[in-house]
Amino acid sequence: MASSSTSKYNSHSLENESIKRTSRDGVTRDLSEAIPRLPGETLITDKEVIYICPFNGPIKGRVYITNYRLYLRSLEMDSALILDVPLGVISRIEKMGGATSRGENSYGLDITCKDMRNLRFALKQEGHSRRDMFEILTRYAFPLAHSLPLFAFLNEEKFNVDGWTVYNPVEEYRRQGLPNHHWRITFINKCYELCDTYPALLVVPYRASDDDLRRVATFRSRNRIPVLSWIHPENKTVIVRCSQPLVGMSGKRNKDDEKYLDIIRETNRQISKLTIYDARPSVNAVANKATGGGYESDDVYHNAELFFLDIHNIHVMRESLKKVKDIVYPNVEESHWLSSLESTHWLEHIKLVLTGAIQVADKVSSGKSSVLVHCSDGWDRTAQLTSLAMLMLDSFYRSIEGFEILVQKEWISFGHKFSSRIGHGDKNHTDADRSPIFLQFIDCVWQMSKQFPTAFEFNERFLIIILDHLYSCRFGTFLFNCESARERQQVTERTVSLWSLINSNKEKFKNPFYTKEINRVLYPVASMRHLELWVNYYIRWNPRIKQQQPNPVEQRYMELLALRDEYIKRLEELQLANSTKLSEPPTSPSSPSQMMPHVQTHF
Amino acid sequence: MLGKGVVGGGGGTKAPKPSFVSYVRPEEIHTNEKEVTEKEVTLHLLPGEQLLCEASTVLKYVQEDSCQHGVYGRLVCTDFKIAFLGDDESALDNDETQFKNKVIGENDITLHCVDQIYGVFDEKKKTLFGQLKKYPEKLIIHCKDLRVFHFCLRYTKEEEVKRIVSGIIHHTQAPKLLKRLFLFSYATATQNNTAADPKNHTVMFDTLKDWCWELERTKGNMKYKAVSVNEGYKVCERLPAYFVVPTPLAEEDVQRFQGHGIPIWCWSCHNGSALLKMSALPKEQDDGILQIQKSFLDGIYKTIHRPPYEIVKTEDLSGNFLSLQEIQTAYSKFKQLFLIDNSTEFWDTDIKWFSLLESSSWLDIIRRCLKKAIEITECMEAQNMNILLLEENASDLCCLISSLVQVMMDPHCRTRIGFQSLVQKEWVMGGHCFLDRCNHLRQSDKEEVPVFQLFLDCVWQLVHQHPPAFEFTETYLTVLSDSLYIPIFSTFFFNSPHQKDTNVHQRQLSLPLTQSKSSPKRGFFREETDHLIKNLLGKRISKLINSSDELQDNFREFYDSWHSKPTDYHGLLLPHIEGPEIRVWAQRYLRWIPEAQILGGGTVATMSKLLEMMEEVQSLQEKIDERHHSQEDPQAEPPCLLRNSARLSSLFPFALLQRHSSKPILPTSGWKALGDEEDLAKREDEFVDLGDV
Repeated sequence: MASSSTSKYNSHSLENESIKRTSRDGVTRDLSEAIPRLPGETLITDKEVIYICPFNGPIKGRVYITNYRLYLRSLEMDSALILDVPLGVISRIEKMGGATSRGENSYGLDITCKDMRNLRFALKQEGHSRRDMFEILTRYAFPLAHSLPLFAFLNEEKFNVDGWTVYNPVEEYRRQGLPNHHWRITFINKCYELCDTYPALLVVPYRASDDDLRRVATFRSRNRIPVLSWIHPENKTVIVRCSQPLVGMSGKRNKDDEKYLDIIRETNRQISKLTIYDARPSVNAVANKATGGGYESDDVYHNAELFFLDIHNIHVMRESLKKVKDIVYPNVEESHWLSSLESTHWLEHIKLVLTGAIQVADKVSSGKSSVLVHCSDGWDRTAQLTSLAMLMLDSFYRSIEGFEILVQKEWISFGHKFSSRIGHGDKNHTDADRSPIFLQFIDCVWQMSKQFPTAFEFNERFLIIILDHLYSCRFGTFLFNCESARERQQVTERTVSLWSLINSNKEKFKNPFYTKEINRVLYPVASMRHLELWVNYYIRWNPRIKQQQPNPVEQRYMELLALRDEYIKRLEELQLANSTKLSEPPTSPSSPSQMMPHVQTHF
Repeated sequence: MLGKGVVGGGGGTKAPKPSFVSYVRPEEIHTNEKEVTEKEVTLHLLPGEQLLCEASTVLKYVQEDSCQHGVYGRLVCTDFKIAFLGDDESALDNDETQFKNKVIGENDITLHCVDQIYGVFDEKKKTLFGQLKKYPEKLIIHCKDLRVFHFCLRYTKEEEVKRIVSGIIHHTQAPKLLKRLFLFSYATATQNNTAADPKNHTVMFDTLKDWCWELERTKGNMKYKAVSVNEGYKVCERLPAYFVVPTPLAEEDVQRFQGHGIPIWCWSCHNGSALLKMSALPKEQDDGILQIQKSFLDGIYKTIHRPPYEIVKTEDLSGNFLSLQEIQTAYSKFKQLFLIDNSTEFWDTDIKWFSLLESSSWLDIIRRCLKKAIEITECMEAQNMNILLLEENASDLCCLISSLVQVMMDPHCRTRIGFQSLVQKEWVMGGHCFLDRCNHLRQSDKEEVPVFQLFLDCVWQLVHQHPPAFEFTETYLTVLSDSLYIPIFSTFFFNSPHQKDTNVHQRQLSLPLTQSKSSPKRGFFREETDHLIKNLLGKRISKLINSSDELQDNFREFYDSWHSKPTDYHGLLLPHIEGPEIRVWAQRYLRWIPEAQILGGGTVATMSKLLEMMEEVQSLQEKIDERHHSQEDPQAEPPCLLRNSARLSSLFPFALLQRHSSKPILPTSGWKALGDEEDLAKREDEFVDLGDV
């Protein structure tokens, strides 16, 4: 039975072409030759270990550690297990057992990963092999603590597409029809002086001067002033994002901020109010006043209507995901699966995020009101809400490149703190700044794609590869907290973009059912009846739960597609043959239809 | 309740003459008056169907965009259905007529499909039954197919309210005689076209030939024989006229205990092992008789243990496996989750959805059935054992488990015809008491257990997990589950083939059929019989039943190894049974709930793409064929216009588009307390000191 596990583990590995070349027989003399290696990747060490597989028990193997990955191949003839784990995925390395440990396989390392699994290796007690492995792993998994560069800066991969050119803000705003009479592009933040966590290029109301913007910045947390994210192509209502106003306990006011919001409201003449969505639960918004923050009260902002969306903070989300891991890894809670799932609250959070985004999208689309979205700092919940609402409203973002642009724009350029939230190369696994906010967003996208299986150009594999490289540190895409930091580190010059890998291999990430529908607004149903745990991501390490890939309906469709193309080709050939034959008398008609494989399918 | 249910107002025996009195519309009704006067919606009656009572100016609530509005019309009750004839029916007619149930309209409820009726009195909802003293202002009907209807009677004449309400209650809730089933009036009226469709190849298993054919198909004919000992139901009324037993079994043995204690063949596996079932011997107190029974069973066991027979493993289904009571309780909790009165209720239950689902245990029961079927499959497939299913009557869980095993092991059962033949063989001929289990005659709620529904739900799990392995889709299963309550098809309206035969033939004689009420009241709990079987067979069973650990290991290994290999859709098929893999059959259970509708989404979106592609491929194929035959240029014909791929709702084909606007549906309920995470929730995302601002 164990021999059958190869394909499963391989299929889960992060995308890597070299994996396919890996020989399975295990007799290759030069073993280091057989392990996949990226350009710029160097082998540090290899060791004989026992991998304690939670599903198939202990398996003897050899582990190779490079400056990018941990690679394990089993040495047992009947089990061809392969583990291929980028070191960036590691969140924590612990020693288990001591010098006096007696039990079998009780001495070794326990590695906690950011992608919902743990890896346990048993090592020999004598000869310092554990100490060596622990030190090497710690060094390369947490390079920042050892003044080493992240692997992305050593990666020498070359692709025929440059992912860094995918997002060009000027082009994206032009696609949206900007600038126009009401909105202008400003370079006030060119050197990140106005706001160090915002992008260099911003879209602001035409009627607000750069001086106005500077004054508004003083009243918004971390100077994250309201700027345009998206404009409705027809009714010209907008989605504007920012951070909370600095109202404080004393209920401070700022005339410039009030005026600025009024200018935003006036860009849309269809409705007399500006709608403000505060992503937080109202109690939290009130509590924020104690630390100088707060919300726009309606007795000050007369022309605005404020709603709270009750989405919880990063700490709640982090704990919720921890609970998800508890019920799915290594064993899936069986008898009380549903109530355990409920007690994680994970899907409940997803429901609230989706509900909030639907409200934003609906307000803009049918409510014909401009919308301002913020949470506390405007880089977590705000990014979730604006990007999901944009995904619902604008079919462009549902294409592969469109989605890359959406992520690049709403998340990367607007300063979602990827570095702090993920902890790239950082050993402090208990850091309270870590939180799966981006994962939660991708989960929401997956829920939408599940409800609308024909609306997205990309497939599930696309979402999973994004999440895999969110941690891997192989690409520069998700490194650092904001655009200014990335510029200082010359990320675009010194690293490769994840989109290079994806876009040079696009076919693999395409959804065959995709039907392009311009102007179609997509509202998912945010009900627990339709939300489900993303099994193919959260439980993908469990060979028992593994879903068929690709799913059989998709496979059948691909077969039909191939058949159709073949028939079209044949028909063209026949037409060609006919036109040449026209002058000649028809030859004896054979019965070629018998040669055709007739369509037989159950659907 | 029995006997008292006959209400003066609208009793079945004195149904009022159909009257089409035009009604006076109250002032507050705003409809297009021109339409009202011109359009008299006609009631479509089936052959043999009779109108019993009716009421006009009834307001039916329709939910749209989370607010309700009403449609005026007539509410009628016939001997077949309750129907609402809305005044704006025309709008619906133009809509989606491409797919429509030919028998049951959108506003039709067959009498057998009614589950509960509630009346609303001064905003309070009460269950309605028996004779009413006071008539409600609103009628809520919960259906067995999970539709919920709200009818407002406030504008209806008092007299008509009385008539329709008591009529509906009487005809749906009061106990009925078998001969009163609409089935019979329909059959009389359509006598000449009851002949079987020659194209229909479903094997009915009502002839010796059918059984021989099945034996041959499964290569069971070496060791098993079809017998006609029960022809004319001479031996037993619970058994079909023809069935299959081990070849060496003597016919006298069959007669000895009226077919009880006899191993009856269900199916043979390619490796020769067979699936058998046996009903328990009658309960006896007398030691002498017990002794006789014991030696009889010993003899039977010797017969089937002797070579060439494989080792027999006994699977006692009335033991610790699953009780009918459990199934009944679970389903009644489960269905309540889908019988939703309004939007508020939907969102209120949404927060607790998963724990509500779990507490119903329905999904867990499905899992247990699938697991049992896998265990049996493992014994037959991997260990080459014969399986003998035991149950008191061998007509409930025996039907369920044996047909599930066959669906998993025999690809023929995954074709439409094969599946229908299986239902015919195991359920109809197997004597599953559809009449009692569906409570069609409203004679005992206690006997109402959705065993067949449970089977369909188990099959659905398989269809959902392995769609290419089945010729039919989930929609087929959903329609099949609906037909349980449509008394036009006789399939699901009898307790046994004997009951069907006697009634269908003697109907003309109008015999009092009260005695045909199948079995005297018998509970589900059969601990006594259970012990009996164990005591009688004790030794052998203990020899054969593996220790439970070993059983678990075998099961695990078999299950894991099957799932680790690529699926052969034409071979053995096993379901996944882990927690996340057992799902709610959304199409059947959620189809009438507008809040659960995904406009332009759901699996129907990919399915319709698939169908479009099939059509395209087929038309290309035809074109190529055509080109080969005649050399003319096919370019002349216009491009094949595919089905208008208008956006379908996820509820298609069952619910019409209930939401016309593109407004999203928004949850109305709030956030549930986080409990122990309250501290975290209060924390700042980041510690920010903004004090100096």
